[in-house]
Amino acid sequence: MILFAGFFAPYDYATQDRESPFAAPARIRFMDQRGHFHLRPFVYASSNHAVNMQFFVSGDSYKIAGLFAARAHLFGVANPGRVYLLGTDGYGRDQLSRFLYGGQISLLAGLLAAGLSVSLGIFVGAISGFYGGWIDEVLMRGGELFLALPWLYLLFAVRAALPLHIAGWQVFLLLVVVIGAIGWARPARLIRGVVLSAKERNFVVAARGFGASDLYLLRRHVLPQTYGIVLTQMALLIPQYVLAEVTLTFLGLGVTEPMPSWGSLLSSLQQYYVLSSYWWMFLPALLLIPVFLAYYAAADALQERWKSVSL
Amino acid sequence: MRYLARRLLHATMLLFAISFFSFALIQIAPGDFFDAMRLNPQVSAQTVNGIRSQYGLDRPFPVRYERWMRSLVTGQLGFSLAYNSPVAPLLRVRARNTLLLTGTATLLAWLLALPIGVWTAARKGSFPDRAVGIATTTLLTIPDILLFLALLLLAVRTGWFPAGGMVSSGSEEADAWSHAKDVSLHLFLPALGLAIVTLPVLLRHIRSAMIEVLDSQFLRAARGHGIPRSRLLWRYALPVAANPLISLFGFSIATLLSASVLVEVILSWPGLGPLLVESILVRDVYVVVGVVVLSSVFLVAGNLVADLLLFATDPRIRVE
Repeated sequence: MILFAGFFAPYDYATQDRESPFAAPARIRFMDQRGHFHLRPFVYASSNHAVNMQFFVSGDSYKIAGLFAARAHLFGVANPGRVYLLGTDGYGRDQLSRFLYGGQISLLAGLLAAGLSVSLGIFVGAISGFYGGWIDEVLMRGGELFLALPWLYLLFAVRAALPLHIAGWQVFLLLVVVIGAIGWARPARLIRGVVLSAKERNFVVAARGFGASDLYLLRRHVLPQTYGIVLTQMALLIPQYVLAEVTLTFLGLGVTEPMPSWGSLLSSLQQYYVLSSYWWMFLPALLLIPVFLAYYAAADALQERWKSVSL
Repeated sequence: MRYLARRLLHATMLLFAISFFSFALIQIAPGDFFDAMRLNPQVSAQTVNGIRSQYGLDRPFPVRYERWMRSLVTGQLGFSLAYNSPVAPLLRVRARNTLLLTGTATLLAWLLALPIGVWTAARKGSFPDRAVGIATTTLLTIPDILLFLALLLLAVRTGWFPAGGMVSSGSEEADAWSHAKDVSLHLFLPALGLAIVTLPVLLRHIRSAMIEVLDSQFLRAARGHGIPRSRLLWRYALPVAANPLISLFGFSIATLLSASVLVEVILSWPGLGPLLVESILVRDVYVVVGVVVLSSVFLVAGNLVADLLLFATDPRIRVE
């Protein structure tokens, strides 16, 4: 039970603060669909008029429909007005909405990639540790190759090997696979270590003596002992991979417009005119800090808890 | 001696494998540098194919690998299509800049981390120790990319530091002294950013390594002999704690190299990072391979240096 809590909780914790403001599935666009070109003066005017007054009004009137009902928002203003809590970007898109939707993409990418990495790690580590011999040798040498390259360079190299100009969810999946496939070596090593010692444990040897098959032994006796490592690795890898996605997108190698990601939100900050005159473009970046802090706090707490249970 | 020879052999084999691996990876990439040219209606298909065969891009994989290895031996590392020159001279300039940046950052980080780490370890549990602990945890959780962007914001907003680049225009003509001053002014922010990124990890390791040593028997004995505290810390405890720290130095190079890509792109420091990103975007394959291989050379070399240092400082390894 703790196991599964550990598997899911870090993600939940990190998503918590972003999911509450909207109850709409991703298809309903939260952002401005009217295509108004809100450059600075316009936003400034609308924030003077609409936001100050309408914020509380809409706060009162928000309705939480079921998760699947399409149109409910936490807040909003009457139709002609627009509310931009974090301002808008160069295309007049609401930054808050982009931050929230971007968070969905980035966190999901991190979670999936970490899952992939750890599964590959379990697979390789288990085989390597359980069978030993030349299989072990080959797999671990291969892993060394992955560990010997600076991580980000390796990521880039693999990204470079894949098509650049493809759209939407394909890029997203591609990123997940690339990020996840690169990081398997470290978890694999750790898991191999645990498996090595686990297969010598008396009850495993006994079960083998009773004629249990390799698969059964692995599944039933050996792999459960790696859960601790798996858990900590997941907790470590998720933020790292979220950042990997953010970095790739930031550099223009990741998710493409109009799909938002935290990386694409940040990439606009590289431009001098944005830096010097539009301060609110920094707000999403600031919001990222508490998200990461919360995540690490949750991961720490979970690890403590897991330790105290296992002892 | 045999230990060293084995390490060296291992490193060379690893590099060889990496070169093959990354070359193969890049070669299976769909599309190439001439895709843009192909879309141009004024350029005929024959012309494109002609150029491709001129550069040997239409050859099968083993032939290209063999050619590339040959040019590696002659020190050219293949040919950059975007820059229209051999890759090696391109890389040399960029690598020099990256090394300048990471070297300064490493120096800065260790200079800061050593005294603070030793000091907090000596005063374990005190208020400053806990304050530093909280600060390092916070720094660890802040993503690098945000930190670098904040530095960029600082530079743009205050104008205290140049917001990118490595030299001001016209500074090359000035005398050597003001040129060096100009470069170091440009260097400051990226180096600071990198140092801040590596600092928390260093601090934590130094602190825990020191605490472990400070608890040991021989230090209690030394303390009993009335040896002054600072001598105790720096002369007695630190050398013993140095072993894991030297290995850490090897590891930290990997982090540093990865972080330097980001800082170089964000603060437009003309190092390997921006070159890599650019060349990926235009499919300038040999440059990509060159940068990747070079970065792993740095990493392997760094680990080798750490091994040598360990060998020199720790008698236990020599006995093995």
